[in-house]
Amino acid sequence: MSERRTWAPWAMSAPALLLFAVMLAVPLLLTTILSFNAYHVDTGPVAGSFTFEHYVHIVTDSYYYEIFWRTLWISGLVTLICIAIGAPEAYILSKMRAPWRSIFLLIILAPLLISVVVRAFGWSMLLGPEGLINDIFRLVGIGPVKLLYNETAIVIALVHVMLPFMVIPVWTSLQKLDPSVESASLSLGASHFTTLRRVVFPQVLPGILSGSLIVFGLAASSFAIPGLLGGRRVKMVATLIYDEYLHELNWPLGAAIAFVLLAANLVIMLGWNRMVEGRYKKTLG
Amino acid sequence: MSFLRLHNVSKQYGPNRVVSQFNLDVQKGEFVSLLGPSGCGKTTSLQMIAGFVDVTEGRIELDGKDITRAKANERGLGIVFQTYALFPHMTVRENVEFGLEMRKVAQPERSERASEALALVHLGPYADRYPRELSGGQRQRVALARALVIKPPVLLLDEPLSNLDAKLREEMQFELREIQRKVGTTTIMVTHDQSEAMSISDRVVVMEAGRITQVDTPHTVYEHPHNAFISTFVGKANLLQATVHAQGGQWLAHVGDVQMAVQDVPAAAASHGTRLLLGLRPEKIQLSASSAGRTQGTVRERFFLGNLWLYTVECPLGSITVTAANDGEAPHQVGSQVGIDWSDRNVRLIAGDGVAA
Repeated sequence: MSERRTWAPWAMSAPALLLFAVMLAVPLLLTTILSFNAYHVDTGPVAGSFTFEHYVHIVTDSYYYEIFWRTLWISGLVTLICIAIGAPEAYILSKMRAPWRSIFLLIILAPLLISVVVRAFGWSMLLGPEGLINDIFRLVGIGPVKLLYNETAIVIALVHVMLPFMVIPVWTSLQKLDPSVESASLSLGASHFTTLRRVVFPQVLPGILSGSLIVFGLAASSFAIPGLLGGRRVKMVATLIYDEYLHELNWPLGAAIAFVLLAANLVIMLGWNRMVEGRYKKTLG
Repeated sequence: MSFLRLHNVSKQYGPNRVVSQFNLDVQKGEFVSLLGPSGCGKTTSLQMIAGFVDVTEGRIELDGKDITRAKANERGLGIVFQTYALFPHMTVRENVEFGLEMRKVAQPERSERASEALALVHLGPYADRYPRELSGGQRQRVALARALVIKPPVLLLDEPLSNLDAKLREEMQFELREIQRKVGTTTIMVTHDQSEAMSISDRVVVMEAGRITQVDTPHTVYEHPHNAFISTFVGKANLLQATVHAQGGQWLAHVGDVQMAVQDVPAAAASHGTRLLLGLRPEKIQLSASSAGRTQGTVRERFFLGNLWLYTVECPLGSITVTAANDGEAPHQVGSQVGIDWSDRNVRLIAGDGVAA
């Protein structure tokens, strides 16, 4: 009986483990190995060779860390905007009455139902020089403003795509909130704003943390939006990797960039997690 | 001059009138309970006093000032919620100090008053703990300290003890009353537990279906319930269908072939053969040996309640409930014949389900 117990959990999680091994661990390992292979312009990657040249190349060439820096600040900005819009949105949503709540939740989730590529083209129609937004600007007497094929377009479209990933975790932690806690704060003389800041916000911090981790991680590795709305000049790391693989055909360099992106993402997300979690772990358990 | 006055207060949600014509005058320092079954409007009434629910009609006055339209955070009332509603991310001390902080009480005084409030509820040593590290009873005390520390004119308690287990609830009842006496805060408590309301209140307000049906001291509510519902909701009662007629200057009631004298028959009901409802409390009936008593019956069921024996007796009055102290005498056996005795002083005439005048 006890013997059964020891292998049963492994057997039951075997399909998932196998899937992860084949789909994630093996490609990751192959990519890592590839990033250390030498590259010849004529013959491509040299199997079995070992070199640090691609990493040295990434670190020494300002072209690369410009793109890394852009990816970092765009992802950071998208995360901040998502917190600023998503957290209040989730709060308002949780205060809505029966039919409206589901309707608005559906509206917020709607972007997830549409392909990223379709949405990106939608934004390019809206943001283009002859698009709706510039039409409105023209009516007011501003512009035309260049909104497409630059960082602004990427940030706007990424916020739109990522918002549900912020709203849902915050909404979930708001559901766990005892509604009379807010009443208690009011009864003690706090204003609505103080109640939000001192009582509600600290309790939904875990939701904001998980939301920001998801948003940052997805934004930093996003490909379709920067690819379609950033144009040829404004690149992010994921589009850079694509170029190295498919245009330059320098697979080892592409693999090395991918590895650096993964490592940087991990460091930033773990650091952020530790910083925010430290603030509420002791109190909320 | 009453301290807190509710004048014709009503609450309407769409077509539903949840509270209607709520009139109550509370004296300073008084402990009043709103008692009723769930859905009777007692919690809505409390929330209107607290300012969490808008008043549809009527007026609420506190110390002579009209607070009907004042916002919850301007009323300055102390509220203890059913779920305690402590701030989980703050320590016990921070919870208690929150209200003082909002009132901009400066630091040395703030922590002094918080310590006093915590000492009052015997939680001094727990000041630096977080709510999740406390038991239910301790959380309840923190909530009480947090509400009292701001020295509110009125303390509102929303089913404060309903989440505690039976033994703790009883202890907290007496402690709550003791603390209330000590600080002298006017208190209004909502409860559906009649024994809780009876044991600690100065006055009990019984509510049914959004209306007040009786406002009296606990003893009066128990001894002179205004209607059949109150007589069975507050304690147990045997309700007997009787016909009354006058005889020699007093009223006699007949239940089956048993005759008893009743007092205070209202003039409207006082014609011969009028059918009325009588109430007789189980503890006011005595069982004895079968030959004695005003009538005889058979013990159908017997339950042991520790301090009491509870019998169901089949007799000419119908199937009645009788309790007897577990005083060490041998109890009556199921199936045995018993004599049934009571004093007519304890027979209550119960008005119909009309609303209290």
